[in-house]
Amino acid sequence: MTPTLTPELVHQHGLSEEEFERIKAILGREPNFTELGVFSVMWSEHCSYKNTRRELRKFPTTGPRVLVKAGEENAGVIDIGDGWAVAFKMESHNHPSAVEPFQGAATGVGGIIRDIFTMGARPVFLMNSLRFGPIHGDNDAARKNRKLVRGVVAGIAHYGNCIGVPTIGGEIGFDESYNGNPLVNVLCLGVLKKAEIARGAASGVGNAVFYVGSETGRDGLAGAAFASRDLTEESKADRPAVQVGDPFRGKLLLEACLELLNSGAVAGIQDMGAAGLTCSTCETASRGGTGVQIDLSLVPKRETGMSPYEILLSESQERMLIIVRSGEEERVKEVFEKWDLPYSRVGIVTDDGFMRVLNDGAVEVEIPAKQLADDAPVYEREVAIPSGSEAIEVSGLAFQDPKDSLIKLLAHPTVASKNWVFRQYDYTVRAGTVVPPGSDAAVFYVREANKFLAATTDCNHLYCRLDPREGAKIAVAEAARNLTCSGAVPLAVTDNLNFGNPYRPENFWQLREAVEGLAEACRRFETPVTGGNVSLYNESPQGTIDPTPTVGMVGLIEDERWITRQYFRDEGDVIFLIGGLGDEIGGSLYLKTIYGKKAGKPPRLDFDRELAVQKFLRALIRKGVVKSAHDCSEGGLAVALAEGCMSGPERIGAQILLPASNARVDLCLFNESQSRIVVSVPSEAIELVHQDTAQAGIETIRLGSVGGSALAIEGPQGALSWPLDQLREAWYSSIALALSQQDL
Amino acid sequence: MKIAVVRFPGSNCDQDCLRALTDGLGIKAEYVWHKETSIAGYDAVILPGGFSYGDYLRCGAIAAFSPVMQSVTKAAHAGMPVFGICNGFQILCETGLLRGALIRNRSLLFLCQPVSLKLENNRTPFTRLSDEGAILKMPIAHGEGAYYADDQTLKELEEEGQVVFRYVNVNGQPTPEANPNGSRNNIAGICNPAGNVLGLMPHPDRSWDQRLGSDDGLQLFRSLVDTLLSVAA
Repeated sequence: MTPTLTPELVHQHGLSEEEFERIKAILGREPNFTELGVFSVMWSEHCSYKNTRRELRKFPTTGPRVLVKAGEENAGVIDIGDGWAVAFKMESHNHPSAVEPFQGAATGVGGIIRDIFTMGARPVFLMNSLRFGPIHGDNDAARKNRKLVRGVVAGIAHYGNCIGVPTIGGEIGFDESYNGNPLVNVLCLGVLKKAEIARGAASGVGNAVFYVGSETGRDGLAGAAFASRDLTEESKADRPAVQVGDPFRGKLLLEACLELLNSGAVAGIQDMGAAGLTCSTCETASRGGTGVQIDLSLVPKRETGMSPYEILLSESQERMLIIVRSGEEERVKEVFEKWDLPYSRVGIVTDDGFMRVLNDGAVEVEIPAKQLADDAPVYEREVAIPSGSEAIEVSGLAFQDPKDSLIKLLAHPTVASKNWVFRQYDYTVRAGTVVPPGSDAAVFYVREANKFLAATTDCNHLYCRLDPREGAKIAVAEAARNLTCSGAVPLAVTDNLNFGNPYRPENFWQLREAVEGLAEACRRFETPVTGGNVSLYNESPQGTIDPTPTVGMVGLIEDERWITRQYFRDEGDVIFLIGGLGDEIGGSLYLKTIYGKKAGKPPRLDFDRELAVQKFLRALIRKGVVKSAHDCSEGGLAVALAEGCMSGPERIGAQILLPASNARVDLCLFNESQSRIVVSVPSEAIELVHQDTAQAGIETIRLGSVGGSALAIEGPQGALSWPLDQLREAWYSSIALALSQQDL
Repeated sequence: MKIAVVRFPGSNCDQDCLRALTDGLGIKAEYVWHKETSIAGYDAVILPGGFSYGDYLRCGAIAAFSPVMQSVTKAAHAGMPVFGICNGFQILCETGLLRGALIRNRSLLFLCQPVSLKLENNRTPFTRLSDEGAILKMPIAHGEGAYYADDQTLKELEEEGQVVFRYVNVNGQPTPEANPNGSRNNIAGICNPAGNVLGLMPHPDRSWDQRLGSDDGLQLFRSLVDTLLSVAA
């Protein structure tokens, strides 16, 4: 039975009056119920970017290495040389993970992997950027957060481990602003021959349209629309909007699709992700400048009695739409029968520009595909500058013992070792992980292409909260710095913009500032944005999340010998700090952890200085003298040194002598001024470092040497020393201890 | 000489095993599809890791009944070298070619980490080039890798030298701390009484190249090749 269209029904579908009028104008009539559902998901923020499209146009998207630009296809593709290319993209599954962490995170992994093999690329690694509320403490919020962490990590492991794509790194941050609204951003990278990029266009009028993969069920009904709303106490009732993943089917689909693509039978291919069958049919038609006609009675289903509305809006996982070259239809049968997967010829490419959906021959939906896919309204949202945060006067901060402060910072889950998490991810499958999780950037050897890739994800939400523009710039700079520390040259960026409800002017201001910051930084680092994802409405009854524009960046290490790790290696090596001691304490983790303040002006980014520091380090690495390189980020110099001592396979101490300074020692140790990197070199290279430093005009300080069983720091105001065992205990076990406890 | 790498639906270390042989050693190796009913023409079989048939039932339980395993079982009884790694080890236990079972890790969590292994039997086709007592470094990556057998079986395995690899610490001691998953007697790998069937939870297919942190795994494949060559000669 089809409900009659009432203003309430239109409203329930998240469409405004104005949008409904626009739909009527496009159709030249009133839509029916099924068509209303189709428009509702296609014009949701998740699919149409209606509130953010104007902003996203500010990103630089071109460059000499860009083969497929942002927005053109399911994922961007960049050239890595010698005929090889990589497709990569980051996507969020925040809302589903908040409601059902295991399946929410698992299907996030499955979805991004499909986006990558849709491009014809073999997925070779995964990374993720996660945010949760605090996990320490005996209170309801902490208990709930712990459950979310366990669920999300298990979900990522479940899907990634089974499908056999290694999860090689990423980052995890913890802050009260993510209480009840965790962020789950997953990045996948795949490798392909430059000449074999697959397209998501329905080309070739008369070509057959095939549905392949799992049967359609009622799971994930209208998930795209669900993701385009605030999370509320009632969101749990939306559990049916969360999909259920089957990584085994995902693996079969991956292998079968790559095999079919390899056979040359495929004219176009598109995954069924958000908005499922609806999105894949109208987008392929729109890209191809054609029409697509399908019949729902031919779609493989897992349940009986599904209405056309349900079939079209289902977000069942592990499904693809494939346009097959005329005469090659038998290939589909061969390959999909081999892999024991359902497949069905459901329609045909037409020349009339319509997305036409039949149900057993009767027309159910008839919408101009291009207008449905591309002509969603675009809005300019109102902005308002939020009230400024508290300024920080250093003199107003009572001096705290730095010995305790370093321990507290190392035990803060944002800084602490993530071993409890990474151990649950299979990071060694595909036999290519050269630098495993836990370093500044992960390094992966792509054997088929004989290339070493480095990848990282970064975003400091504290900076972004206090100054979204500067915070976003720093996210890009830090990602590039992490890649540089690993020996790589940064190539390109994928971003995941996690923000609150865009209808609140303060939230939209944050988004606009962050986008402009990202855009400027990507221009300066010559790392074009090749795609990404926007996740809005990240709000819970406790409030809006801190703005989190996560940056995923990929780099290339041109010579295997340049691969550099973050930990100190050998006794007697000399430690230098490139970039000076710094003094900016605003927005620091020190301020938050020790003084309980999310306040002040976050550190400034000086592009010229940052670029010079990175160029200098890359040149030094290429001279073969750098034994370790690790940038100063959360927790500043002291944390960078401590991690240098502890994050390797063997612990090793460091003896540091700080130069004379009038600054308070805690500010010197924990400030988060940008563009600073701790490196160690063999003692023979001291002169070389001094010479190159002078030439490059960069402030470089000789800090001390590697060795001993403690981190010892001597400053003008006295000596501090931490036994390595004590540092390690705080750093290594903090997360594991919190998450291993029983929460009933 | 030709080595078969069996591909089950859900295998995900098939490509790594093939590369270890072809790139690591320059040996001819081919995939054999799980629906094949014969492995004629091959000199040895590798059952790779992964999640065969999704492992939604007991790990390896469905693979044990696949068409190809009927012929692998026959060939194993006839003396052909068969090497099961990770999920392959689980499959060998499910088919009964090896004794005991792999159950969930003590922590109930999936575990991916490097481990140290002590070789205790170099009289198998996969270990003949190594010295007994040698310590090998390889990663594990499994959720159900705790080796279990009853007391009597365990006693027999130990007495007959069928425990081939044990989890040890850096000093070669099989301590409780060195046991990552709660395996009985720190067992990481066992063979059948004849020695031609080996099951191992850690991954030599991910430790055949120094770039990966260890190439100790290559020694196992090299031994296998050496065995096959000496049989041929």
